[in-house]
Amino acid sequence: MSDPMRGSTAIVGTGITNRWDAPGRTAFDQLQEAAILALEDAGLTTKDVDGLFCALSVSGLPVLNVAEKLGLELRHADGTMAGGSSFIFHMRSAMAALNAGLCDVALICYGSNQRSAGGKLAAMPDPQPYEAPYGALYPISSYALAAARHMHEHGTTREQLAEIAVAARQWAKLNPAAMMRDELTRDDVLGSRMVSDPLTKADCCLVTDGGGALVMVRADRAKDHAAPVPLLGVGTAVSHRQIASMPDFTTTAAVQSGAEAYRMAGLGPADIDHVMVYDAFTICTLMFLEDLGFCAKGEGGAFCASGAIAPGGSLPVNTNGGGLSCNHPGMYGIFTVIEAAEQLRGRCGARQVPGAEVALAHANGGVLSSQATAILGTPATL
Amino acid sequence: MTTDPRFDGPGPDQTWRDALAAGRLEIQHCTACDAAQFPPSLVCRTCGAPAPSMVAASGKGIVYSTTTVRRRDGAHNVSVIELAEGPRIMSRVTDLSGVVRIGAEVTAKAEMGDSGPVLVFVPEGSE
Repeated sequence: MSDPMRGSTAIVGTGITNRWDAPGRTAFDQLQEAAILALEDAGLTTKDVDGLFCALSVSGLPVLNVAEKLGLELRHADGTMAGGSSFIFHMRSAMAALNAGLCDVALICYGSNQRSAGGKLAAMPDPQPYEAPYGALYPISSYALAAARHMHEHGTTREQLAEIAVAARQWAKLNPAAMMRDELTRDDVLGSRMVSDPLTKADCCLVTDGGGALVMVRADRAKDHAAPVPLLGVGTAVSHRQIASMPDFTTTAAVQSGAEAYRMAGLGPADIDHVMVYDAFTICTLMFLEDLGFCAKGEGGAFCASGAIAPGGSLPVNTNGGGLSCNHPGMYGIFTVIEAAEQLRGRCGARQVPGAEVALAHANGGVLSSQATAILGTPATL
Repeated sequence: MTTDPRFDGPGPDQTWRDALAAGRLEIQHCTACDAAQFPPSLVCRTCGAPAPSMVAASGKGIVYSTTTVRRRDGAHNVSVIELAEGPRIMSRVTDLSGVVRIGAEVTAKAEMGDSGPVLVFVPEGSE
């Protein structure tokens, strides 16, 4: 019997500012613009919103600030902060709240000005006394420790990681909104400055500004909107905060979040036409594809280096260019969902995946700490 | 009595720091399920029993993973050590040969840092 949550809600609007380098704008400016665009896409206005879901790296009180700025009259709100995966946590929460009648129109939104505000990942107040004395670079050293262990256990190579950055760039070249569209070769990545072994600067995501937003409603109301994208399944998981506490450095809690999303959707990896995974670093793409079942554990390196995930490959992954080459305003997770929804709506131009019916969007938070997976479909998949 | 005596005294983070300041590496041991854990907490993360006790660790471990952090002013090691008792801990391996390998046997040592004692590890046999 299918899960009653499967297809019970849908994304009916997406908003993306495409302003990746935008001095003079605050994080809230980026968020508001994305929210307005998403609501217009859904044929709604701020006056229709009665449920707000948001998280920001610049504010500990995001719900209060956003509600005030947008003039929202809220019946329900959720400011869950799980890092860059927060927005898929919000989708699961919005699905529950919509079905429980706690709200009718859910706005999920995010904005950042981290690039123009200083060019570094915005630091949130979250001291880690057991890590602080050692001068690890946050967050790259944590991902480097996971990558080094993956190499040790599975023979993964820097060359294989480099191919992930190259594939992302090839997709970005098909996306006019991507920030980095010039040529990038494997040798460019390998020759890039080493930051925290084995990861170079070119293994790292961009640091950009930007805003993104989603509008979700119940299935009974989705019919009234132009291009609904049903939410077929969504799962979340948290395994640790600091990297030393990660149960196994080579396997993330995407195993759990993916299993829950697949269970709810009644689908498996073989049913997925289009994949978005949060690529904060090249190693992330590799580990999430393994943990979500697109290849076996330990085979991610060979799989990614085979050309499978690049344009023309067997599994279209990160078709916007990803956090590596399109945009990365700090908490990138919402952009994986936006690209998945736009692919299913057939709006992606030169990078469109032909006939995409089911898409998976996966996001990560902290240092491989929180994982969240959403499976979206076209209305025909209901 | 309005407070629960099981949680009396300094919290586990303070207790751990005090032990390190005295040159001792401590971890927690759960008397209910025999699990060892680090970082310290008010509850056993394995079985859920409250207030695991602080015990001395052997100080022996192996390098579980390692990275070299490269800053403009120089490079330094950051490693995650898997202690003989099981838990893992972030630290630095001060290896005279300069190469830190995953799987290498290491021993804990308290070193004086700028703002108090810092736990580091040295290669087995070099302490």
